[in-house]
Amino acid sequence: MTDDVTETRPESRDGKTSVRCNVNGVETTLRAYPFARLLDVLREELSLTGTKEGCGEGECGACSVLIDGELVNSCLVPAAQAEGASIQTVEGVADGERLHAVQRAMVECGGAQCGICTPGMVLAAVNLLNNNPDPTEADIREGLAGNLCRCTGYMKIFDAVVHACKSTEY
Amino acid sequence: MRAYLPAYEMVVPRTLGEALALLRDEPGVWRPFAGGTDLMVLLEAGRLEHRRFFSIRHLSELRGVGEADGEVRVGALTTYTDVRRSELLSRLFPMLGQAARETGGIAIQNRGTVGGNIANASPAADTPPALLAYGAEVELVSVDGARRVPYAEFHTGYKQTVMRADELIAAVLLPVPRGGARHFYRKVGTRRAQAISKVCFAAVGELEGESLSEVRVALGSVAPVVLRCRRTEELLRGRRLDGETLSAAAEEIGREVTPIDDVRSTARYRKRVAQNLLREFLSGLLS
Repeated sequence: MTDDVTETRPESRDGKTSVRCNVNGVETTLRAYPFARLLDVLREELSLTGTKEGCGEGECGACSVLIDGELVNSCLVPAAQAEGASIQTVEGVADGERLHAVQRAMVECGGAQCGICTPGMVLAAVNLLNNNPDPTEADIREGLAGNLCRCTGYMKIFDAVVHACKSTEY
Repeated sequence: MRAYLPAYEMVVPRTLGEALALLRDEPGVWRPFAGGTDLMVLLEAGRLEHRRFFSIRHLSELRGVGEADGEVRVGALTTYTDVRRSELLSRLFPMLGQAARETGGIAIQNRGTVGGNIANASPAADTPPALLAYGAEVELVSVDGARRVPYAEFHTGYKQTVMRADELIAAVLLPVPRGGARHFYRKVGTRRAQAISKVCFAAVGELEGESLSEVRVALGSVAPVVLRCRRTEELLRGRRLDGETLSAAAEEIGREVTPIDDVRSTARYRKRVAQNLLREFLSGLLS
């Protein structure tokens, strides 16, 4: 191993490494195995249990978070690649006590039943509206296509996104 | 999550040069890790046999889409989202954007890369048939320099490539198509997102009158590798597009594909759909 390679070198015998990142606006240093899933690190190291595991293989979107403003499946991100990243989870969507328009709309439109897909849906909808403030129904379906729901049949979730767009503040 | 995490390592070379030196200095020890959308699935299933990886996601030398000297260069780290947002690619190679749009969902598209997709070498990948139809070349780099391989020669068998252990995919090169080329892409699968294809079809054709002066047809999920249908192309080139030609071509492609039965579909269905898509492509050229 050449000495001048920057390594994520384990600093202690347990094999874990330090990862510096920003989570919901807070500068954070995590300790994790390099290949620990960001999903697990958020839930177990930071107690941010809002992000859910649905499939563990990037197919369901329950683990969706934003990394540097982009929607990603946190079950597919190794902790080592979170170094320097700015991460937003569902816990960071509301502004203090003030719900995001998407969250208010999900409540008002009845977009949640069991709630397991809901954090991911919220992140996907927030991501959609960040990129496209006035989406068509087709845009909404595409923006949320990576998020599966077993309860609602999706219609009230789409209604919530439409409803959120009508809000002037988000 | 079935993997024993303490056994896995990731290092972060600062430059492409350092990454290539790592591959040269410790042959076979380290493998590249880009977007992770394939490798992490294996990890979570407890099937990621390799243990030591180096992250390449940050290497700027492998990014970027640009045009020079009659060809377009697509950096290996170009994500599907990058492809969709590229005005250049939308204009010259629209099938790449179609393939990217139908790959996984937004969250996958933000991390998955064109280079990773090629290196993963699945015969069911969505973008590779379009790359084949566009006559792509792959640029491979090592400490010894760069070499180019026609993408049609890149896959030698199921999940096997011509890459040497000390090489990285640097970019895909696409010759700028002549004006008037017609593009046809169709991914046939269970859903409009988050689905592996049953059949994937990509073709480019140029008409001269009622004959095809040039044609390239490629398919995914019908063979151990993504498939250029050269015999079908040979049959079509220079022939007048009438009912007889379409039937002959459909019969030929039926012989050229070698699909299997698997969890997603059957050989019979795949063969029939390949034939139907070819007919649809050819009929569409005449209208």
